[in-house]
Amino acid sequence: MADYMRYVYLGVVLAPLLASIIAGLFGRSIGRAGAHWVTIIGVGIAFILSSVAFNYIVFDGGEVFNGAVYTWLVSGDTRLVIGFLIDRLSVTMMVVVSFVSWVIHIYTIGYMHDDPGYQRFFSYTALFTFFMLILVMANNFLQLLFGWEGVGLVSYLLIGFWFKRESANQASVKAFLANRIGDFGFVLGIAAIMTYFHTLDYAQVFQQAPLMANTTIELLRGTAWPLMTVICVLLFIGAMGKSAQVPLHVWLPDSMEGPTPISALIHAATMVTAGIFMVARMSPLYELSATALSLVLVVGAIGAFFIGVLGVVQHDIKRVIAYSTISQLGYMAAALGASAFSAGIFHLVTHAFFKALLFLAAGSIIIAMHHEQDMRKMGGLGKYMPITWITMVIGGLALSGVPGTAGFFSKDAIIDAVGHSNLPGAGFAHVALLVGVFVTALYTFRLIFLVFHGPERFGAEVRKHVHESQAVVIVPLIVLAIPSLMLGAILVGPMLYEGHFGHALLVLPQYDVLAQMGEDYHGPWALVLHGLIGLPFIFALLGFGVAWYCYIKRPDIPKRAAERAQIIYNVLVHKYGFDEFYESFFAGGARGVGNLFWRVGDVALIDGLAVNGSARAVGWFSSIVRTIQSGFLYHYAFAMIIGLLLLLAIFVHGIL
Amino acid sequence: MIFDIAPAAPEIFVLGMACVVLIVEAYHNEPSHALVYWLAQVTLLGAAVLTLYFGPEQTVLAFNDIFVSDPMSALLKVAVCVVTFVVFLYSRTYLREHDLLKGEYFVLGLFAVLGMMVLISAHNLLTIYLGLELLSLSLYAMVALHRDSESASEAAMKYFVLSALASGMLLYGISILYGVTGNLDLARVSLIITEQTEPNTLLIFGLVFVIVGVAFKLGAVPFHMWIPDVYQGAPTSVTLFISTAPKLAAFAMAIRLLVDGLGGLIGSWQDMLIILSFLSMAAGNIIAIAQSNIKRMLAYSTIAHVGFLLLGILSGTLAGYSSAMFYVIVYALMTTAAFGMVILLSRSGFESDRLDDFKGLAQQSQWFAFVMLIVMFSLAGVPPFVGFWGKWFVLKEVIDAGIVWLAAFAVIFTVIGAFYYLRIVKLMYFDKADTDRSITSSHEMRFVISVNGLAILALGLAPGLLMSLCVAALSA
Repeated sequence: MADYMRYVYLGVVLAPLLASIIAGLFGRSIGRAGAHWVTIIGVGIAFILSSVAFNYIVFDGGEVFNGAVYTWLVSGDTRLVIGFLIDRLSVTMMVVVSFVSWVIHIYTIGYMHDDPGYQRFFSYTALFTFFMLILVMANNFLQLLFGWEGVGLVSYLLIGFWFKRESANQASVKAFLANRIGDFGFVLGIAAIMTYFHTLDYAQVFQQAPLMANTTIELLRGTAWPLMTVICVLLFIGAMGKSAQVPLHVWLPDSMEGPTPISALIHAATMVTAGIFMVARMSPLYELSATALSLVLVVGAIGAFFIGVLGVVQHDIKRVIAYSTISQLGYMAAALGASAFSAGIFHLVTHAFFKALLFLAAGSIIIAMHHEQDMRKMGGLGKYMPITWITMVIGGLALSGVPGTAGFFSKDAIIDAVGHSNLPGAGFAHVALLVGVFVTALYTFRLIFLVFHGPERFGAEVRKHVHESQAVVIVPLIVLAIPSLMLGAILVGPMLYEGHFGHALLVLPQYDVLAQMGEDYHGPWALVLHGLIGLPFIFALLGFGVAWYCYIKRPDIPKRAAERAQIIYNVLVHKYGFDEFYESFFAGGARGVGNLFWRVGDVALIDGLAVNGSARAVGWFSSIVRTIQSGFLYHYAFAMIIGLLLLLAIFVHGIL
Repeated sequence: MIFDIAPAAPEIFVLGMACVVLIVEAYHNEPSHALVYWLAQVTLLGAAVLTLYFGPEQTVLAFNDIFVSDPMSALLKVAVCVVTFVVFLYSRTYLREHDLLKGEYFVLGLFAVLGMMVLISAHNLLTIYLGLELLSLSLYAMVALHRDSESASEAAMKYFVLSALASGMLLYGISILYGVTGNLDLARVSLIITEQTEPNTLLIFGLVFVIVGVAFKLGAVPFHMWIPDVYQGAPTSVTLFISTAPKLAAFAMAIRLLVDGLGGLIGSWQDMLIILSFLSMAAGNIIAIAQSNIKRMLAYSTIAHVGFLLLGILSGTLAGYSSAMFYVIVYALMTTAAFGMVILLSRSGFESDRLDDFKGLAQQSQWFAFVMLIVMFSLAGVPPFVGFWGKWFVLKEVIDAGIVWLAAFAVIFTVIGAFYYLRIVKLMYFDKADTDRSITSSHEMRFVISVNGLAILALGLAPGLLMSLCVAALSA
């Protein structure tokens, strides 16, 4: 292998870290321009080096790199290292992450132009890029956890970026708490791996995993649990938190309190897909547990449909896209559950581009509307902001899966793969995903119609200022619009059917749905032709039609429908009551229990008895004992003699 | 027989220079005593350099085997010289401020250093006694340096009488050992003891007396009574001296006697040291809480630290002795800084030895409050300061030796002890100052105490260096 590649990989992670440190610690001295230049260059370097790595691994057929770059700690037989596993999966992720991050850094110059926390923002985003790259490049679970927690931390910091806003602080705490629950499962999963495999190294774990396929453990006395299922479910709980799967999805809509570039980068394109990536990375483990696969499949499908529906009743433009993100993450998870890991990653990649595009376009609108995010106060913006309009429509088409766009190839592959799957729950999942397409098209075009078409619902004051955004905002939109249109057709063959991922993803023959689909694969254009008469497209057209009818043709219908179906509408507006339930049951319960423990445990026992009590006891004892130090010489001499006699008595005469 | 004096070159140098300083002091009578001071400091540096220069790679015996020079003695002697150097530097400021600046302090200090060096290099029971007495006699006089002070005279008197008692016991123990083994040479005593097949009650009898002597010198409970009174009564500069360098020598004495000489009786002295160590940690940490005078508080803190030091020795392994050596060197470093801070804050006519005198220091001198914070955290055993590592290493050895319950108690007592160290930090940072104070000390004093404090931090960040020195010193 080419030795210099090792330094390329190191450079990929170190460049953003260095940039982040410079922008964060020396932000004041290098100024605003300095901060954005240093981070854009740092992330740019990461992107270029990632591309070099991609080229080396994928096109030149270079060797997979799996090795330690730094040994952190050795304890007994356990070695904890910082190491990279660079294979076809990780290089794909590296390119996507660094590219999207880089584009968003450029966009941020325009979006955050007047913000006082400019340097801090760039420092955070570069730091995020570092952690995300560490996560995808990890060759062991500990480093995965490090990256995992790192991106979670930066996400928390960035959701609460405008920390003077109460709602932003609450949203950041909510995100943190939801993720903690997930991470608890994740850490338990890693602990289980450590316990039973005695190593955290991917390669070794994957190698031993088939031997453990039938191992059972006793979680409760007298019950046998398949080890692999326990590990995979625990790890997936982690993914639920990070990738916003039901029921831990509640934090993602609220995370929209963060600045829009962050919504695009972290809460759409990259971080939230970490869970998807992780499950795909662990494919050799998941393949050993049909139960876990089935769980992933069903949870994903529930999210894809039921959470997508919520997007239809939202008024905040970013929240609509946020619900769509949860729904799309559901699609990805469903793909993983159906063992179509490469389809899941494929959708992850295309989604990264078109969802980032949608968010950035939304950001462009928000800038134009002076940080107004309520769609009810928009309308008819198409003629003022043509480029934003066109790019948003492209993003919308890709999201809806219109044949030919990037989203079509990946989403259709997922629906098809789930249709081929024989796992329990696959039938339900297939239906949910199909109907989900209708919902997706409905909320997407509802958004586009409400924002860009129809009557203008804003005041004359705003109208004076509404104009197309500046170049640093528009150029990223165009840069992202191109892959949103084209990427699917280019990647569908290699990624799904021609073994782009090589040995990075493992699928057992009995689950290999993609191989079945591959028999009917005759190139992308055949897929498009087939797609035009396919069921998903019909659902998408239906969604488009309903959106058009309800929001352009007869704008009074939604209101009447809401009044008619009051119950359903209320359920949707309250988001199925997840928030209320968590708030009253978990949060309220925790507060109640906490209050109890505080009164009984802290105030009475610990403070009263343990701390103050023991302190008082020691103090009292101390004041007694000090009187032995009387100051009289003969007392002192007497003490010495007594000591001597005691020692003699114990050791020479042997009392005791 | 040819006498090779090279192993004892540092001692001979110190002896010669001490005599020179004595004469200079008598005839060159200028009020600032600068010449005497600098001569004494040069002597210490010279002794350190000579020790390093002649420092042997392995054990070398000299003067009919009554004197030994080995890596352990070299490291401890250098530590003694360096610590004394810093002590003299701090003391000079204090003595000048309190009208106590006399040449005797430095002359007696040099003789005490000589006594410590002889003690460290002793290879014969009598050499040990010789070094010990030379050290002690110098210290009695130093405690009484402030002749007009009632408390100083009282402290000197107590110290003298109790020390004489302890010396008597030690000598009695030595005479019994001599009676049983017919030898004064440590190596031969050791050989004869290990050859004994049956337990010898008389040996244990002698051992108890020897232990008492060592325990008195170290200040282990119940032979610690002199420490609080002497520490409080003596001028701070003398307290500073007594509490630091002689502990290094006492550690060497313990190793020479118990390990080199009476290693065969380890089963017995291990149990004795367990008792002493437990009592010292308990009494030191608990009684310190009730003190309002910082010198007295530090005296009890010393007793507690001695308990910890004994933990390392009683584990009975080379690694344990190394950890104890690390502990005692680190202890000397921390205590120097702690008393140095007391001196730094004192000024003409004002002792600054009450805890309350530290109130609000942070508002008046951010930097020195920080230095004191480092020292207190380190004494309490808070990572990353070096005091933590000292405790860590000895605790590890005790646990490896299988005496887990003692280690558990040690940790509990450390937690109790943390209270009075942290109280000082609280007083400095969270309380308002009673008096308006200004720090009048010299620049060199400020500089050295800053270095002293930062060294505690630096060694704490990289404890491996000193520890590897200690391991190398004992495994040769």
